Amino acid sequence: MYRYDEFDHTVVRERVVQFREQVGRRLAGEITEDEFKPLRLMNGLYLQLHAYMLRVAIPYGTLSSRQMRTLAHIARAYDKGYGHFTTRQNIQYNWPKLVDVPDLLDELAKVEMHALQTSGNCIRNVTADPYAGVAAGEVEDPRIYAEIIRQWSTLHPEFTFLPRKFKIALTGTDTDRAAVKLHDIGIAIIRDENGAIGFRIDVGGGQGRTPIIAQTIRDFLPKQDLLPYLEAILRVYNMLGRRDNIYKARIKILVQSEGLERFTELVEEEFTHLKGGAVELPQAELDRIRAYFAAPRYETLDNGSKELESARQADEEFAAWVKTNVDTHKQPGYAIVNISLKPVGGIPGDASAEEMEAVADLADRYSFGEIRVTHEQNLTLPSVQQSELFSLWLGLKIHGLATANIGHAGDIIACPGLDYCNLANARSIPVAQAISRKFENIRRQHDIGRLTINISGCINACGHHHVGNIGLLGVEKNGEEFYQITLGGRADENAEIGRIVGPAFSYDDVPGAVETVVETYLQQREDNDESFVDAYARLGATPFKEALYATR
Amino acid sequence: MTYKILTANRLDDGLVVYLGGAGWTANIDAAQQAHDDNAAAALDYRGKQAAMRNEVADPYLIDLDDEQPVRWRETIRANGPTVRADLGYQADKRI
Repeated sequence: MYRYDEFDHTVVRERVVQFREQVGRRLAGEITEDEFKPLRLMNGLYLQLHAYMLRVAIPYGTLSSRQMRTLAHIARAYDKGYGHFTTRQNIQYNWPKLVDVPDLLDELAKVEMHALQTSGNCIRNVTADPYAGVAAGEVEDPRIYAEIIRQWSTLHPEFTFLPRKFKIALTGTDTDRAAVKLHDIGIAIIRDENGAIGFRIDVGGGQGRTPIIAQTIRDFLPKQDLLPYLEAILRVYNMLGRRDNIYKARIKILVQSEGLERFTELVEEEFTHLKGGAVELPQAELDRIRAYFAAPRYETLDNGSKELESARQADEEFAAWVKTNVDTHKQPGYAIVNISLKPVGGIPGDASAEEMEAVADLADRYSFGEIRVTHEQNLTLPSVQQSELFSLWLGLKIHGLATANIGHAGDIIACPGLDYCNLANARSIPVAQAISRKFENIRRQHDIGRLTINISGCINACGHHHVGNIGLLGVEKNGEEFYQITLGGRADENAEIGRIVGPAFSYDDVPGAVETVVETYLQQREDNDESFVDAYARLGATPFKEALYATR
Repeated sequence: MTYKILTANRLDDGLVVYLGGAGWTANIDAAQQAHDDNAAAALDYRGKQAAMRNEVADPYLIDLDDEQPVRWRETIRANGPTVRADLGYQADKRI
């Protein structure tokens, strides 16, 4: 894992001192809320429906067990005993007191964490494939470049007041687990025809009220050009992005209005001035950062552990969990384990302090003390010996963390919605809970197969409803909650924006409507191997519309 | 018949408060009611003053009908998250 150097420590420590002073002045009445708001937002502190909310950055979703224990401690000491893992691989606390936030940030700084750039019109916390460094078939570990981007973008003076927020995601494999096509800039680490490693750069993706799939601006960018090229994109955006209309301020709108061709010309022109300049990546620095992400000391093992096989034979529940929650590791004899934060009827992404500590302990025991946060609001233990999967599973089970639903109907992504959020028009969480209960039978979920259900409580789309196979968008109509259903979305390497299927459903009716969609799929699929999203692509919306609206 | 009350978030802990006769209160039932435009304007003014004195942040008027907030959002603010009965003011069984 990356360890802070003296610059990182200084930046974070000085920022805490500065924010402590700002909070002091605010509490003493020396500055108004209007003056304080941009300052607190730069430190991740929002004012939400019930209280302040602090969004803590988890750079590229990577956490050590020590950091996770601090997150648990903070949940207990400064909040109400829990935290919420978000669709941007961060964690949010829902009840911190303003007076306590400087102390809270001090505690975070001790474990090399902060809340910088988790809000505001700056380059936000960079996200990456949660399987970074361990994925089979990975070209290179995206955390290396995510860390470089983090260092470059942290407190970058030129990009602190962009027209709007700016999100960057990276992946190092063909399988996209970071939704790179739905970011302002998406970066895929690839090889060219000569085997050289570089990047495909996508630009102008995003969700919100104007969902757009990113377009490729560079098919292959040499490694050393990464920062100069990103800087060129950001500079063009900073100069030409709209500042007069918040709904048209994201880079996706600029790329659309200029057209990709023109936008590319502008970026390439800017790039000619930046190429070879101060931010070009020196090999020595690249090597220094890479060393932080060296693989842990794996034992030399073979795949096909006997212990694993016999446990699978003996315990059906364990076998089901392995099927959905365990993935292929690049190192023989090891596995990637996903911990679902979506128990039946639970709140998606919420974890209690006790659960966080349990995960930290299990990470120490089974996964070199490493934890990842996924944008699906789950956790990952990246490197577990296959022979130890059964004991890990038993450990997870004790804490209610062994739900076998990753990538299935119960693994619902939901924003906090109207239960917590100031922007929301409708609740997301109880809808997720109701749907989760409808699909509580794990066998049924496995029979349905891979299915993503995403719920957002407003058009800002934090629940990524546009790219759920089944997406739900909460709206308010005459003071009541209604939910628009979209079908066919996907956030992977074949990213698609879902399409609205028809008129919205009421709060009470929407879980049943989702079930109708799923039942229609089950009746119409060609065979068990045809996933929901593939069936939808083949069938189109008609059979689903008929099933949903026939009786209306 | 709807009427208005004034709400805000308290500065130090951010919790939801309402303007009552004796100052800011967490109890929505103790909020001062404005039954006409003049009274509402007076409440609004007091809210702005309180914000300038840095007692609260983001004061605004909300509609109530039969002692219940008209907007669902305000019901949730007054009680707490609907998905966690153990959190927010509802946890104190105040409402």
